[in-house]
Amino acid sequence: MKIPRTVIPVMALALVVGTAGCGAKTGAKAGADGTPSTSCVDTSGDSVKIGFLDSLSGTMAISEKTVNDSLNLAAQEINAAGGVKGKKLQIVTEDGASEPKTFAEKATKLIQSDCVAAVFGGWTSSSRKAMLPVFEANNALLFYPVQYEGLESSKNIFYTGATTNQQIVPAIDYLASQGKKSLFLVGSDYVFPRTANKIIKAYAKSKGIEIKGEEYAPLGYTDFSTIVNKVSAAKADAVFNTLNGDSNVAFFKQYKNVGLTAQQMPVVSVSIAEEEVGGVGIENLKGQLTAWNYYQTIDSPQNVKFVKAFKAKYGAKRVTSDPMEAAYTSLYLWKAMVEKAGSFNVAAVQKAAGGVTFKAPEGTVKVNGDNHHVAKTALIGRIGDDGLIHTVWKSPAPIEPDPYLKGYVWAKGLAK
Amino acid sequence: MSGVAGQLFAGLSLGSILLLAALGLSLTFGQMGVINMAHGEFVMAGAFTAYVVQQVISDAGVSLLLSIPLGFVVGGLLGVLLEATLIRRMYHRPMDTLLVTFGVSLILQQVARDVFGAPSVAVAAPAWLSGSLRLGTVELPVGRLFILGLAAVCVAALAVCMRYTVLGRRLRATVQNRDLAETLGISTRRSDRTTFFIGSGLAGVAGVALTLVGSTSPTLGTGYIVDAFLVVVAGGIGQIKGTVLAAFGLGLLQATLEYSTTASIAKVLVFIAVVAFLQVRPNGIYAVRSRSLA
Repeated sequence: MKIPRTVIPVMALALVVGTAGCGAKTGAKAGADGTPSTSCVDTSGDSVKIGFLDSLSGTMAISEKTVNDSLNLAAQEINAAGGVKGKKLQIVTEDGASEPKTFAEKATKLIQSDCVAAVFGGWTSSSRKAMLPVFEANNALLFYPVQYEGLESSKNIFYTGATTNQQIVPAIDYLASQGKKSLFLVGSDYVFPRTANKIIKAYAKSKGIEIKGEEYAPLGYTDFSTIVNKVSAAKADAVFNTLNGDSNVAFFKQYKNVGLTAQQMPVVSVSIAEEEVGGVGIENLKGQLTAWNYYQTIDSPQNVKFVKAFKAKYGAKRVTSDPMEAAYTSLYLWKAMVEKAGSFNVAAVQKAAGGVTFKAPEGTVKVNGDNHHVAKTALIGRIGDDGLIHTVWKSPAPIEPDPYLKGYVWAKGLAK
Repeated sequence: MSGVAGQLFAGLSLGSILLLAALGLSLTFGQMGVINMAHGEFVMAGAFTAYVVQQVISDAGVSLLLSIPLGFVVGGLLGVLLEATLIRRMYHRPMDTLLVTFGVSLILQQVARDVFGAPSVAVAAPAWLSGSLRLGTVELPVGRLFILGLAAVCVAALAVCMRYTVLGRRLRATVQNRDLAETLGISTRRSDRTTFFIGSGLAGVAGVALTLVGSTSPTLGTGYIVDAFLVVVAGGIGQIKGTVLAAFGLGLLQATLEYSTTASIAKVLVFIAVVAFLQVRPNGIYAVRSRSLA
């Protein structure tokens, strides 16, 4: 009876680890059954189909549902104003289920059987990477609304969130302008924080900012005593935070409890938006900084209208955040591209895309025809008592997207 | 801040959290031999109890103090429900228990997600538990001190209950020799249920304490279940003092290794250390000597 008792828990652990690793095993067969060389999009009627592909179930649903909401708002507004080229948008919604393979499959379905003119959605980089070959093989269009780690550019994808030189680089510029001479990097242990920190380190070096430490916590890690002790002992001027999800809660609680404040050592976060503030707790985040391209508090007629319409449709307690705004904007950008091209044809839209602008809630954005990213204004914000984020600094002009950081001497060699 | 003293406290603090999470498991798994994969979800239920209580009573201090006994009851009742409906049908069938309770843990997570939503909710800490005490050069977060104290109280209460009360004697008798206990007129069914109530209740208390540390979300428990099993196995099955020693040992080890390496590496090293330790002492720090014939 003694030996089995110590063996069983090992099996229990194996079970936990094993199930965490596996998901739905269904073969993605992008374009397997006779990829149509010509598009099957039907524009003969008075409506045109578009696809919304977001995770409506699984771990990412919490974030991607909000993007789906704002896409639906944009579609409703566009239809109310007469549609695109006089055709009403007919929406086909698919659930990516937080599973990259499902994203690839559903994208194939949307393109080949539903014959949609364009697809909007995706959140994690892994979902985007899974969909990329599908869109390239079928020569279809994807509009991806989330800030990401850069180093990618496809003629079949339009990236309406920020790339690194529109979010991370300006954040370092801001800290330098505030006289911060040293940084401590804290992040979750996966691709985005590691790539972001590589860029931060290269840029900091060129600006003479010292990196006092770099710590990664496993995803879902909850005990930040040691990491916060290291941060506190390093006495850096500021902390750059790329932690993901719930780890932020544990990190900021511990940060506050050992007596560190936004005044003496501010934390700049790139994954805390309006949606996340409530869960972390306003009292733990008050005064801390964020780097994005949109905040709910932006005082422009476009944003006031957007926020008002969103709250009217989904409830007064809802907030709007950067990825939601980028998704909303992406639908309008596609509309502008189609109208400029005078056609729903993919090649024509791609050709017309460069230079297309839209007066978005975040300010005027402009599509870059070469890399299919969008010129955006960088905003540094401070989290206020109201749980909203208030702009404290903005880049003087929209920043041209540079996903491979080609225009920066210090970034030489990073892209490979 | 002095590094060594700061890390010493970080280790003790982590140890006290591990201890709270593992203490209940040392009863249900350690004493009764039930592998309850849903133990982590009882911890989660305790955390959400604290959240619900705070929605009703807005004073963070009062609601926290009230949540501790309530969390115990909620966790305990969930445990009894699970024991009475499923686990008692499969004593001595550890593999079945493992799979069934794993299923239950997934169900409980989804229930929490449906009721409270997938995003984590905020439980405010009372003012007297935020901030820190300065001891020499070291900042001791008051919230962490509170958890250390709570863990000590829980261990002491459990020890007194098991050692000095009639209830505790019956529980121990049932564990040590079920047949003999039955011939002496002890209702072993009732003992099992009581043990499960206390063990699961302690998980609920751990959940309340964890709202001071991290996020309150439906997946809260999954982060602790593996560590809790690790502590109980390393401490030795069926020994509370073993669990206490193992919890603080692993806490200090994790904190020390994490300071000199990184969080990910430290976790790997701790696992390796426990596996290596079990090669030397397969039954953990304290091995129980049972007179049971089984």
